[in-house]
Amino acid sequence: MSAALQLLRREMAIAWGRGGGLMVTGGFFAGATLLLPLASGPEPERLAQIAPGAAWTVLALSALLGLERLFERDYEDGALDLMAHAALPLEFTCALKCLGHWLATGAPLALLAPLAAIALGASPALAPLLFACALAGGLAFAFTGGIGAALSLGARRGGLLTAVIVLPLFVPPVIFGGGALDAFTAGLPWRAGFALLGAYAAAAVALGPLAMAAACRNALS
Amino acid sequence: MTLSLHIENLSLSRGGRRLFSGLELRLEPGQACALTGANGSGKTSLLRAVAGLCAIDSGHIAFGAAEPAAARSTGLHLLGHLDGLKVSRTAGEELVFWTGWQGGTASAMEAAVRRLDLQRLLDLEVRRLSAGQRRRLALARLLSSPRPLWLLDEPLSPLDAQWRAKALAIMAGHLTGGGLILAAVHDPLPLATLALEILP
Repeated sequence: MSAALQLLRREMAIAWGRGGGLMVTGGFFAGATLLLPLASGPEPERLAQIAPGAAWTVLALSALLGLERLFERDYEDGALDLMAHAALPLEFTCALKCLGHWLATGAPLALLAPLAAIALGASPALAPLLFACALAGGLAFAFTGGIGAALSLGARRGGLLTAVIVLPLFVPPVIFGGGALDAFTAGLPWRAGFALLGAYAAAAVALGPLAMAAACRNALS
Repeated sequence: MTLSLHIENLSLSRGGRRLFSGLELRLEPGQACALTGANGSGKTSLLRAVAGLCAIDSGHIAFGAAEPAAARSTGLHLLGHLDGLKVSRTAGEELVFWTGWQGGTASAMEAAVRRLDLQRLLDLEVRRLSAGQRRRLALARLLSSPRPLWLLDEPLSPLDAQWRAKALAIMAGHLTGGGLILAAVHDPLPLATLALEILP
């Protein structure tokens, strides 16, 4: 158990420094959100309408940052070899790596998402739901993203490949979360969308590590 | 854990090319085997196959009385050119992590640090270390969590003469304690009791 905790701590420390770090992901998030009013015009009504969806989309894109290094560095320096023949099953190790990635970058971004939406003119009443969506969605992004990162191990320009593999897997959570936010804004029942988002995140957490470990073993052998 | 290494009729391919076939080796506690062969003959692949990291075509790799899965997860150390050390972290952080990961103890780690004279290097980032210093750090990882079987890939190559002698003394001590060593080498290994040359 202590090995698992130490791995989590190490992964968080590395994710914090891995071309990620909150300053970089947060900066990307803020910058991309600010491009939106510049592109679609500054009318407050229109901005307020698209604010939740914009914050949600940019969140999904920010989740891609740092993902390609999730396994690649450990693969390149041999740490993955040592992790693959260890007392802890590789599936569990992969899950911990994704969890560390999410704790270091996804969870702090979930705090930024409501701020960005409010800055664009969304109602502050939306903030708690957007925060919850960003937390659950971030978990789904990290664990599906890990699959792409593991599959692109050993490929040149692995980051680009990771994004291409992963973006289709991001479609369901983006739809579910965006649907819940839309419904909440329109005063309609929103729980179904949020529940589906939670279900997708739970499935990603449960099944993602199996795929990641298989992909890592394949890359190592 | 006591284990021995029995390799029977082993065949291995990489990238569709047969590296070797019909390889046999029996390594008992206290024995070291020097594994030689030309560049690309499959020395590293053999070590990785023993560690369970790459698939074999045919044959058997057994660990005596120990279950293969248990022997691989807690009974062997693999030390190659890729030492698993993160360049962006300090030597001390990495040593503490790997010691904990491999089930070692703090006291064994402190003894290893003294033995490999790493005290002054622990605060440095791994990227600041020379190749020889990195290898000493990797050897400290082996000593910090005692395991019977050491799979070493060119263990002495980055070390200077003084540290070669000390590393050989460490390996001899491991053998005296009932350990096993399978080492891929280019130069003869003085303490090896067995020799295996990989021929295509």
